[in-house]
Amino acid sequence: MAFSQRFIEVDGCRINLRRGGSGEPLLYLHGANGAPAVLPFMEKLAQRFDVLVPEHPGFGASDEPEWLENMHDLAYFYLDVLKSLELRGVHLVGSSLGGWLALEMAVRDASRLKSLVLVGPAGISVPGVSPGDVFLWSPDELARNLFFDPALAEKMIAQPMTPELLDVSLKNRHTVARLGWEPRMHDPFLRKWLHRVSVPVKIVWGEADKILPVAYAGEFKRLMPGAEIEIIPRCGHLPQTERPEEFCDIVTRFTGMG
Amino acid sequence: MPYADLDLKAGREHGTVWVNLPNSNFDPVKGHRLYNRYLDELEHGEELGFDAIAVNEHHQTAYGLMPSPIVTASALARRTSRAKIAILGSALPLREHPLMVAEEHAMIDVISGGRLISGFVRGIGAEYHTFGVNPTFSHDRFHEAHDLIVRAWTEPGPFAFQGRHYNVQYVNLWPRPYQKPHPPIWIPSQGSKETIDWAAHPDRRYTYLQTFSPASVVQRYLKMYRDTCEGFGYEAEDSQLGWAVPVYVAASDEAAQAEAKPHFEAFRNVFLKMPVEMLLPPGYTSRESLKNVMKAKAAIFGDITLEKSIELGLIICGSPATARQALASYWQAMRFGNLLVLCQFGTLPADLTRRNMELFAREVMPAVKQLTSSDKPRSSDGHASR
Repeated sequence: MAFSQRFIEVDGCRINLRRGGSGEPLLYLHGANGAPAVLPFMEKLAQRFDVLVPEHPGFGASDEPEWLENMHDLAYFYLDVLKSLELRGVHLVGSSLGGWLALEMAVRDASRLKSLVLVGPAGISVPGVSPGDVFLWSPDELARNLFFDPALAEKMIAQPMTPELLDVSLKNRHTVARLGWEPRMHDPFLRKWLHRVSVPVKIVWGEADKILPVAYAGEFKRLMPGAEIEIIPRCGHLPQTERPEEFCDIVTRFTGMG
Repeated sequence: MPYADLDLKAGREHGTVWVNLPNSNFDPVKGHRLYNRYLDELEHGEELGFDAIAVNEHHQTAYGLMPSPIVTASALARRTSRAKIAILGSALPLREHPLMVAEEHAMIDVISGGRLISGFVRGIGAEYHTFGVNPTFSHDRFHEAHDLIVRAWTEPGPFAFQGRHYNVQYVNLWPRPYQKPHPPIWIPSQGSKETIDWAAHPDRRYTYLQTFSPASVVQRYLKMYRDTCEGFGYEAEDSQLGWAVPVYVAASDEAAQAEAKPHFEAFRNVFLKMPVEMLLPPGYTSRESLKNVMKAKAAIFGDITLEKSIELGLIICGSPATARQALASYWQAMRFGNLLVLCQFGTLPADLTRRNMELFAREVMPAVKQLTSSDKPRSSDGHASR
C-alpha cells in the first residue's frame, strides 16, 4: 500500500504527514522516537483504514513552534488538525507519548473520534511503579530496553548514525524533554478527567515493557473501567513493531473492521 | 568541597559519583570532619592574604558537599573580616523561587558589610536529572530569575513582577543589599557563546569566569568575551575576566607532581566523570554545542593523567618558580583580571592542602598580583569549580 507524503500547515505550524490506504480514518500518534518511516504495521493497517501518520510539531521534518510548551498545546493542535482535515469518526491510535496525547485530546473533545487504541500509553503516574529513565540511558541501553527480542535491539543499535539521523534524534529528544521531563511523562491532572473519554478504549501493553511497566495497565483499568485491556506476552514497549500481525489484528477486531 | 573520603573504587565502578551513586557511600561522621576541615582551610585563606574566598553549589554528588553555598558563605561571613566572599554561584533555575536567592545573598552582603560577590549559574546538566527541573526551560528560567533578583535588589519596593516562570505580587526585599547598586555579579561558565553575549552586554558587564577547561579553551573564550565587548562598542576591563584553575605547588616540580598526581587524577577521572546523557540533558545546551561535545567525546570523557593535564593547562603544578612562570605566560595570553585558585581538589588531604595554600600565598601570589600595576589581578582561594 503506497503512502503519500506532504506538508500541511495548521496553527501556523507545518507538519510532515504521511497518508495511505482507504476506509475509516485512523490517525497514528507516534511516541518519543518519532515516525521517520512507513513501518510494516502501518502498511497492514492501510489495507483496512485511511491511515494518517503525522510527525508531531517538534519532531522529524515538522516545524518546532515556539508555542509548544506542554502536552496540552499539542492536544489542542491535533484537535485543530482533525478539524482542518475535516476528519470525523477517527480511530486514534497512540503509542507511549502518543497514547498520552490521544487521551489529552479525548478528554477535551471526542466529537470527531470513534475509538482510542492506546499502546503502552504514558500520561499518568502509578504509585510505587518507576518508569524507565529514557533521558539517562545511553542510546544502546534505550534500544535494549525497548524490545523483548534482543535481536530487534541489536538491529536498532547496528543502524549507522548519519548526520541527518543525529539531527532528527536530537530534535525529537529535545521535544520529548520539553513535553515530558517534569512531571516525568505524565500530567498529574489528567487522571481526574479520564471519565470524559466517551468513545470505546482499547489498551494494549507488552508484558515485558521496561519503559512503562505493565502495572500501568492495571491503573488505567481502574481509572477507565470501561476500557478493554490486552496484554501481549513476550513483548516490549512497542507491540506495533515487535508483533505487527498480532497488533493489527487487535486494532481491526476492536474497531469492528476485522 | 569533595567528599574526599569516598571509596574511589566504588565511585569508579559505579561509573559516576553524580545523581545516583547511593548515599550509603556518605558517612556523616567523616562528613563532619571534612566540613570543618574545609571551612578552616577557607578561613585560613583570609589569613594568607587571598583577596576572596570562593564557594559553589552542587547537588547530590560526592564531587561537592555544598548543595547550599549559602550555608558555607554565611559561616565565612562571620569568621572573616576582610576577604570578599564569592558565591560561584547560586544555580538560579534549580530554585523554586529566585526571591529566596535575592534575600539570602542580600543577607550575606549586609552581614559581611558588603563583602559579597554574587555568582549566578544554571547548575550543571546532572542537576536537572536530580531536581527534575526541565532543562529545555533552563535558559529562560535563568534569565527571568536574574531579572527578578536584580530588580529586587535595586528597585524600590513593593512592585509587581510578571514573568513566564515567576509571578510575584509584592517584590519588597528586606534586607536590601549593602553594596550599591548591588553586589558584583560574576558568571562562572564552562564556555558558551550565548552566555558570553549575555554577560558582556553593556547593561551588565558581568565578570566572566571560565572554569576548569584546558588553557587554550580558556584563552579562546576570554578572547571571545573581549571581542564581544568590542562588538558592543566598549573595551573590556581585565577585571571582567576570570579563570578558575587548580594549582598545586611544592618544593620542586618533581615533588609537586608526585604529591598531586593521585589526588588530581581522582578529581578528574572519578569525581568529574559522568556519561554524556547525564552531563548534557536535552535543551541544557544548543544542539550544535551538544554535537560538538559528542564529537570530542573521547577527549572529554576519557581518563587523563596529571602530566597530560599540566600540558593542557588543566592544572598548574610544579615548584613556585614554575607556577610563577606558567601564570605569567598565561596572563600575557589571556589578561585575566581574576584568578581563582583551587588549592584543594579530589582527595588532596589536609596537610598537603594547607602547605599548597601557604606556599602559593607566599611565593606565587605576590608575583601574580604584580603582573600589572594598572589592573591588579585578584587571587581567590576556593573549593569551587564547574
